[in-house]
Amino acid sequence: MYGLGLFKGLGVTMKNLVSPSRQFNIVQYPNRRASPFDLAKVDNQNPVSFIATHPLKTLRSLLGLETITDRMPQHANFRGEEFAWYDRRCTGCASCAKYCPLGIIKIVTGTSGVNQQEGQSYDIDVFDIDIGRCMFCGLCVEACPYDALHMGSGFEEGKYRRSDLVINIDQLKSAEKKPSTWFRPQLTSRGHDPIKGSTADWEEVGRHEKPSLEDQSERWAKR
Amino acid sequence: MATIRTEPVTINLGPQHPSTHGVFRLRVTFDGEKIVDLEPVFGYLHRGTEKLAESRNYVQIVTLTDRMDYVASMSNNLAYVRTVEKLSDIKVPERAQYIRVISVELQRIASHLMATGFLLNDLGALATPLVYCFRERERILDLFEMLCGARITLSYMRPGGVFQDAPEEFWGSLNTLISDFPSYLDELESLITTNEIVLARTIGVGLLSDAQAIDSGVTGPMLRASSVKWDLRKANPYEIYDRVNFDVPIGSSGDTYDRYYVRLQEMRESIKIISQCIEQIEPGPVRTETPFFIRPPIGEAYSSVEGPKGELGFYMVSDGGISPYRFKVRAPSFINLTPLRDMITGWKMGDLIIILGSIDIVLGEVDR
Repeated sequence: MYGLGLFKGLGVTMKNLVSPSRQFNIVQYPNRRASPFDLAKVDNQNPVSFIATHPLKTLRSLLGLETITDRMPQHANFRGEEFAWYDRRCTGCASCAKYCPLGIIKIVTGTSGVNQQEGQSYDIDVFDIDIGRCMFCGLCVEACPYDALHMGSGFEEGKYRRSDLVINIDQLKSAEKKPSTWFRPQLTSRGHDPIKGSTADWEEVGRHEKPSLEDQSERWAKR
Repeated sequence: MATIRTEPVTINLGPQHPSTHGVFRLRVTFDGEKIVDLEPVFGYLHRGTEKLAESRNYVQIVTLTDRMDYVASMSNNLAYVRTVEKLSDIKVPERAQYIRVISVELQRIASHLMATGFLLNDLGALATPLVYCFRERERILDLFEMLCGARITLSYMRPGGVFQDAPEEFWGSLNTLISDFPSYLDELESLITTNEIVLARTIGVGLLSDAQAIDSGVTGPMLRASSVKWDLRKANPYEIYDRVNFDVPIGSSGDTYDRYYVRLQEMRESIKIISQCIEQIEPGPVRTETPFFIRPPIGEAYSSVEGPKGELGFYMVSDGGISPYRFKVRAPSFINLTPLRDMITGWKMGDLIIILGSIDIVLGEVDR
């Protein structure tokens, strides 16, 4: 019968419109206008007490002036920007620079007048990562034998010049350390989640012993 | 009445045209509205992957293979690492093989969803079915993000396994996905499969006979739509495909509709494979320790897998060094384009778009 397909199609559309499990998950990036209920949810309060305690905010949100950051749910394994680099752990071996398929990591080391002995680290003068050319494959992180370099979790680092995209050693040192758990099982087992904002200092990111096979079957084989 | 003298008109379709699925140019000669001749021109997205690979080592090349067929990176990774393993005789742990098969089948579903969505987009069903397909694909990409931290350019596999075991929460999400997925496909089918407009536009359009398909070297869903039962997963079982049960859906006539319908059925088969893998997978290591600078013995190897678009093969020659001496890709999208002229000649402009759409090309792979 002609015309049946049209009604079937409209039926599917209607089902998707009303059924809550089938609705599109639209993220109003980066900000979303928030209702008083949303603000209460962000503040972890119940809406009634929120309206009672924050009348001004409630009024503003009803006028559409309050916004909250809306963000796609991300996994802690996400390979992103803001490389977390721990200068206390880095020895300047430049494994990361050798592993990089594009050769965008530049490391210049020096002894700074001190006699180097075995087991000591180099003095790192330059550590540049040109993230304008980086493809976030994570091979540098895989290469690092001392767990000094970690992927970050950010993705919104727009800059006006290409030269601003080169992260230098001072930026790396001063940046907030939110390492991604990618290729770092020791962070996963600690419950570290950079998306929720947890940070890790240089002592915490070290690799523990490889898990035994029994340990694996106990923890990793769950499905 | 005296006849009006007419002459054929040549029109360039593309390279910047939304329905060529990338930067692909077709020089089409029309007689009125009928297509009399057609010449594909490609190379606009050529990045020299094969040459670039010769100056990188065997682990770094994994990142290059992601960027060839960028809607099915996982299959590219698998085909590549299998060739390296064959070349340097690396054994892969069993758990890694299962994880590989699960991820490749997920990738196949994602790729077929994209092909189906864009075919309908080309048919004029603007955006609605495409967005439905993309919504389901998004869930698969979320799984990939859990698995390997990226959504498109995955770089998940390494010679000797996969770089990381799946996190615990992956298995729960995978179970919900495969239990939900058949109903999604039913919904998609109720929209498309019996729709009169789709049937009128696709049945009998762009016929490719089985003999013609075999002669042109066509593989994948396109070959199976032409009623040739050839699937590398059955014909030459790699990884653990010999331990799972699945059917190879084939079409009857080799028209555009069959190519769509074979893809849809293949998605159901993929779900079957994934659920069997979840039952069979056992704990264990996921990676054989291999050096970063793999030095395979002098020799050559060719290995291919059944990718979402067809037989995806890699040919490598090793001179004993840290990077391949010669690196060649058998890209299925590229070879599937060879019978394009025969398929399209005689049809009209609107049919050209859907026949091209039903081949499911990715220009990153055609041009490499």
